[in-house]
Amino acid sequence: MNRRRFLKGSILSAATLPLAGCADRLSRTDWAVNLLGYAERLSEVVQRAIAGDALAREYTEADISPVFRPNGSTDPSDPDYRALAANGFRDYRLRVGGAVEHPMTLSLEDIRGLPDRTQITRHDCVEGWSVIGKWRGARLGALLDRIGPRPNARYVVFHCADRLYGEDNYYESIAIADAYHPQTLLAYELNDESLPIANGAPVRLRCERQLGYKMAKYIMRIELVESLEGIQGGRGGFWEDRGYQWYAGI
Amino acid sequence: MLRRTARRRGPLIYRHTVAVRVMHWINVGCLLVLLLSGFQIFNARPDLYWGQASDFDAPLLSMGAHRAADGSVVGTTTVLGHRFDTTGVLGASRSASGEMEARGFPHWLTIPGPRWLAMGRTWHFFFAWLFVVNGMCFIAYSLWTRHLQRDLVPTRTDWRGIGRSIVDHLRLRHPTGEAARRYNVLQRLAYLVVLLAFGPGIVLMGLAMSPTMDSVLGWLLHIVGGRQSARTLHFLLAFALVAFVAIHVFEVIVTGVWNNLRSMITGYYRLPVAREDSRDES
Repeated sequence: MNRRRFLKGSILSAATLPLAGCADRLSRTDWAVNLLGYAERLSEVVQRAIAGDALAREYTEADISPVFRPNGSTDPSDPDYRALAANGFRDYRLRVGGAVEHPMTLSLEDIRGLPDRTQITRHDCVEGWSVIGKWRGARLGALLDRIGPRPNARYVVFHCADRLYGEDNYYESIAIADAYHPQTLLAYELNDESLPIANGAPVRLRCERQLGYKMAKYIMRIELVESLEGIQGGRGGFWEDRGYQWYAGI
Repeated sequence: MLRRTARRRGPLIYRHTVAVRVMHWINVGCLLVLLLSGFQIFNARPDLYWGQASDFDAPLLSMGAHRAADGSVVGTTTVLGHRFDTTGVLGASRSASGEMEARGFPHWLTIPGPRWLAMGRTWHFFFAWLFVVNGMCFIAYSLWTRHLQRDLVPTRTDWRGIGRSIVDHLRLRHPTGEAARRYNVLQRLAYLVVLLAFGPGIVLMGLAMSPTMDSVLGWLLHIVGGRQSARTLHFLLAFALVAFVAIHVFEVIVTGVWNNLRSMITGYYRLPVAREDSRDES
């Protein structure tokens, strides 16, 4: 059956293998990856200059996807988290600290009491697919106004309850400017219902205008920092520590 | 006849400026890396959809793998509901170490070879910037030197001869002598479409996939029907460029591979001798 296909494959691979092999070797050197990585900085600078504070597009109820496909962890096994979930998150406490004037601890009720926003937005996975969902949550900017970031605070770091692939705890970080964007939420509702565990209960981040992996689920602690060094792998997130771009606007 | 044409040689003319040659070869490298790293990114979700969001139950195109009754791995590609067995190339193929694995495009068509989305994106975006800057330089240069207006835009005479040119291309008969000094009408149209439609189009469709850019490119998403439509069009335009390159390389080969290659490396092109004499003698 397959001799012809095999031959065709061999001829094609003879043409591409030297290039692919070369690219493979370069992908494992620091200098080449650092050089290629300059494009990420360029994308970030140019995109931030062009997009500014523009709002992500919002959709109508009719556009909402039938299922909001969960990705990554969908059911954290951490015993403390299981205990919180078993009790309907009544004992959940979000700790907010780091480079701030007034560290706080908030219950789910406290979070629901913050200025909120409802938005129907598109969620884009780095893998290429998109789903649309309706979110309600506390505006992160409003929370930051209360805790008072110190002048040296540059990033907002989210520490999560889930361990992806049984490895490190999930975490993520965003620039403080993105935290103040009006659509950046600590979301507690999806499609008019309490946020399901699969999608990050009790609270997850919505940072529209970035890819899905930035939007940490199962947030337990928020920390404002000047530098991402010293936090886990030091690159600002679970996936960033595994080579993904910290700037996920593209 | 062959001997006589070989003995007679046309004049050597300066055809491509150094700027055009440099930008041409940068573009070759960009397109190759963009295509292969694009396949790597596609492999993370080897499906295409239409609209704003993904309708997971109704992809336009889908590559997948399953186990046959005899236990062997079968790779399939489903296009608009029609399923094809593409084992070995699409859906399932042998890894570098020889095992059958489920993946969209095979490892010898992706950068990097193993499944590695993050690194594929790193390559893709670097070369995307290079492609955009190089392409904008080429358009600016061609307008400035009037290369675009003079050599690429078809003249009225060109348009009148388009039927003849199509027949000539199909019969693999190409201009010789003085007529070979200039690009023929199909060549002009092909270069123009690539330069002004496929190139800018594929870049715009790439940008329409960026969630940050979408906050200011609402009009573009509106035109194409959504982010997933843009992703599908990005993929189709990549194959339109592959088709252009295939025809381009074919024409380079049939009209004299060494002469053409020399002209794009050194700038000098030898005009093929007029065909009329040899036709009379044959």
